[in-house]
Amino acid sequence: MHDDIKDSLLKKSRATRSEQRGRIISLTCTAIIVLIVVSIFYFVASKGLATFFSNKVNVWDFLSKSIWNPGSTDSHGSPQAGALPMIIGSFGVTLLSAIIATPFAIATAIFMTEISPNKGYKILQPVTELLVGIPSVVYGFIGLSVVVPFVRHTFGGTGFGILAGTFVLFVMILPTVTSMSVDALRAVPRYYREASLALGATRWQTIYKVVLRSATPGLATAVIFGMSRAFGEALAVQMVIGNAVLLPHNLISPASTLTSVLTMGMGNTVMGSAANNALWSLALLLLLMSLVFNLLINKIAKRGRI
Amino acid sequence: MQNYSADDKFIRELDPKDHEISISTEDLHVFYGDSEAIHGVSLPFERFKITALIGASGSGKSTYLRSLNRMNDNIDGTRVTGKIMYRDLDINSQNINVYEMRKHIGMVFQRPNPFSKSIYDNITFAPKRNGVHGKETLDELVETTLKQAALWDQVKDGLGQSALSLSGGQQQRLCIARAIAMKPDILLLDEPASALDPISTSTVEDTLLALKDRYTIIIVTHNMQQAARISDYTAFFHLGNVLEFDETSNVFQRPKITATEDYVSGRFG
Amino acid sequence: MNSKKWNTVATGILYFIAGVMILILAFLLIFILWNGLPHVSWHFLTTPARSFQTGGGIGIQLFNSFYLLFLAMLISIPISIGAGIYLSEYAKQNWLTSLIRTSIDILSSLPSIVVGLFGFLVFSIQAGLGFSILSGALALTVFNLPLLTRNVEESLNSISESQREAGLALGLSKWETVLRIIIPEALPGIVTGMILGAGRVFGEAAALIYTAGQSAPALDFTNWNPFYIASPLNPLRPAETLAVHIWKINSEGIMPDAAQVSAGASAVLIIAVLIFNFGARFISARVYGKMTGTK
Ligand SMILES: Nc1ncnc2c1ncn2[C@@H]1O[C@H](COP(=O)(O)OP(=O)(O)O)[C@@H](O)[C@H]1O
Ligand SMILES: [Mg+2]
Repeated sequence: MHDDIKDSLLKKSRATRSEQRGRIISLTCTAIIVLIVVSIFYFVASKGLATFFSNKVNVWDFLSKSIWNPGSTDSHGSPQAGALPMIIGSFGVTLLSAIIATPFAIATAIFMTEISPNKGYKILQPVTELLVGIPSVVYGFIGLSVVVPFVRHTFGGTGFGILAGTFVLFVMILPTVTSMSVDALRAVPRYYREASLALGATRWQTIYKVVLRSATPGLATAVIFGMSRAFGEALAVQMVIGNAVLLPHNLISPASTLTSVLTMGMGNTVMGSAANNALWSLALLLLLMSLVFNLLINKIAKRGRI
Repeated sequence: MQNYSADDKFIRELDPKDHEISISTEDLHVFYGDSEAIHGVSLPFERFKITALIGASGSGKSTYLRSLNRMNDNIDGTRVTGKIMYRDLDINSQNINVYEMRKHIGMVFQRPNPFSKSIYDNITFAPKRNGVHGKETLDELVETTLKQAALWDQVKDGLGQSALSLSGGQQQRLCIARAIAMKPDILLLDEPASALDPISTSTVEDTLLALKDRYTIIIVTHNMQQAARISDYTAFFHLGNVLEFDETSNVFQRPKITATEDYVSGRFG
Repeated sequence: MNSKKWNTVATGILYFIAGVMILILAFLLIFILWNGLPHVSWHFLTTPARSFQTGGGIGIQLFNSFYLLFLAMLISIPISIGAGIYLSEYAKQNWLTSLIRTSIDILSSLPSIVVGLFGFLVFSIQAGLGFSILSGALALTVFNLPLLTRNVEESLNSISESQREAGLALGLSKWETVLRIIIPEALPGIVTGMILGAGRVFGEAAALIYTAGQSAPALDFTNWNPFYIASPLNPLRPAETLAVHIWKINSEGIMPDAAQVSAGASAVLIIAVLIFNFGARFISARVYGKMTGTK
């Protein structure tokens, strides 16, 4: 007797083919993303390393010298590509803005989760979400029209500089750090708080000694994430930093960051020239720093889990 | 729980001359990673009969049942060895089209899991994907399967309603209707009534008894009264082994193995 | 007593800081809308920009922003859904998967200027697309993919495993099950993520200044043939967007009414972001209600 069902069990069917197609499609999409990441690294690195291999700039000079004029050469015949002013500028605005933003963000997060988890949360949650959504050029524009004049009137100088950059970045990363801090605080189990309050601790003692302490890894992640945002921000900073590739003397003299020099310079140099390669080296540095931030965040996340 | 020897077992042989076997396993082992959950189970399942799988929680009933239509394929790190014979084929082999196979070996789960679609679409969804078309054909399919699942009278005026608006028992009967809409040979049910109230439970049991003329039914149950009420055969699972398999009346009234006796008389489990 | 006092003081400070947060948002919104809205008129929204005289509009930039957004989403939505499905349904726990996840993490944390420069090098120069809509859309895709993918994956993961088993047990393939059962159920989450992504893309500038370019040549809105050079749909023309325009006129300093135009353009940008934000909430609530409620 012939059994159709038995035969069908040994043959491919519509479902088999659809499954095969699905696997191929979804794997291809994933491969595209991985390929993009790999090629970003490949292209940026190959361009950025040319400064050191083709143009013979010493890596240490690149990191520690402060004269940035990669179009012309120094006494040894290699381009003058000292990136120290930008490195200091980038780290300066990043650290300063994070230092100001951290207490603000954590305090707001505590308010949202511990003090007023209903009403306060309901108001502040959309506030932070909206702030996260504001485009960076808008922050730059406000920086230019409010922060720079404010700095100029209060502290003198042109108003452009690290201080203005710090203010703008502070406002920019504040919502991100806040909402991540909120997540970190909410992850602390309720019974920690209840146990502490039951032992007679005040609310503040509970927050300070119990909640903040057990949320530390999450809060640290939030701050580092904010720093990585600040470090990589280009246009908003470029609009208020003054764009002078000099070692900053103070917080209110025009300065520059890796991103601001890249933004301004890439269009004014010829692909393949020493000046252009030097810019790609800055991009490579930016890329590596973003890796470092990423690594830090992963490290903390792993440690927090144990 | 006492440690009963796995060597001390009784598996009734079903003579193929008198019993038509729908599906059977031979020396079936299931591994989750390195741990072995089923230690070589060989069982026959007779056509148009209900076989109950009983045993304490964690004894491997679900694992075994889910191997029969290879649902365990989808769990990372699971390995199944041994034979599952269905229509003279070992369906536990690579060259088997599992999607085709599952059309003939349907399954109903412990928790009702209707799609968040209308009642009508829940039933017609898979048949449509398999080329059943035409409004009349589909309407008829919906009506007959809902009638077989004893749900028709309650929902016939609201077939466009979301399946999630039904009660738990109704959802489970919808899941049964959905499974039989594929016109399977065999229906596997994993504690289909455990999440239901007593009234829904007895409706589901009646439904299963009514379905028996057309389907081979294998049901996992935690509830011994249920097994005794509805099944023709019973297999007793203990720590990944089947210690006793026999006609249900024998298992419950004249168990041959101490472990079975202890279990059915409520001494453990 | 002392610790009680401390408690009151600390609580007071927290209230104060939370208030400051709200003030910051209020200030930003009021500043932008107050200064910007008076400049926003139909004329402003529809006329081309002027470089050396006052009275220019943002018509072309606005169109460019939407067109770029459309193209970027057109490319990134299918890819992110495919990759999200792979990660949530097919990926096994092994080194390959963790490599993929790490790549996506890295991509999502790359500064957008780096993405823009990569796009400049690869799409504009090596692929010969020049400063063009297409090049910009590809850069925005790169910028957008990791977050969209993660959102799709999370939305799919939030659907119960029992739904997948239901589909598989009926003899459907995994792919059919995901496409026809899981994705429809995960749709509210996916759509919300897509709209928020669209908002981000709409305001992005750093990834575009060297890909879509910084110029907005005049468009002929009567000819929609995509191959015609001045056609609005031509994907190979340079296209300054609204966000890039704000940056450009402020850093060039040659437009006499740059401050007014920027304020107006910022207001438009902010309103768009608000619409995306509320749209995301609204749609997710609507779709969700429809899926679970009784019809
Ligand atoms: N997905 C899984 N991964 C690892 N072990 C499992 C898994 N599912 C079940 N097990 C183990 O297999 C054994 C049998 O489980 P199960 O088949 O669910 O038993 P029952 O259905 O009889 O309660 C148990 O020890 C259980 O812990
Ligand atoms: Mg079970």
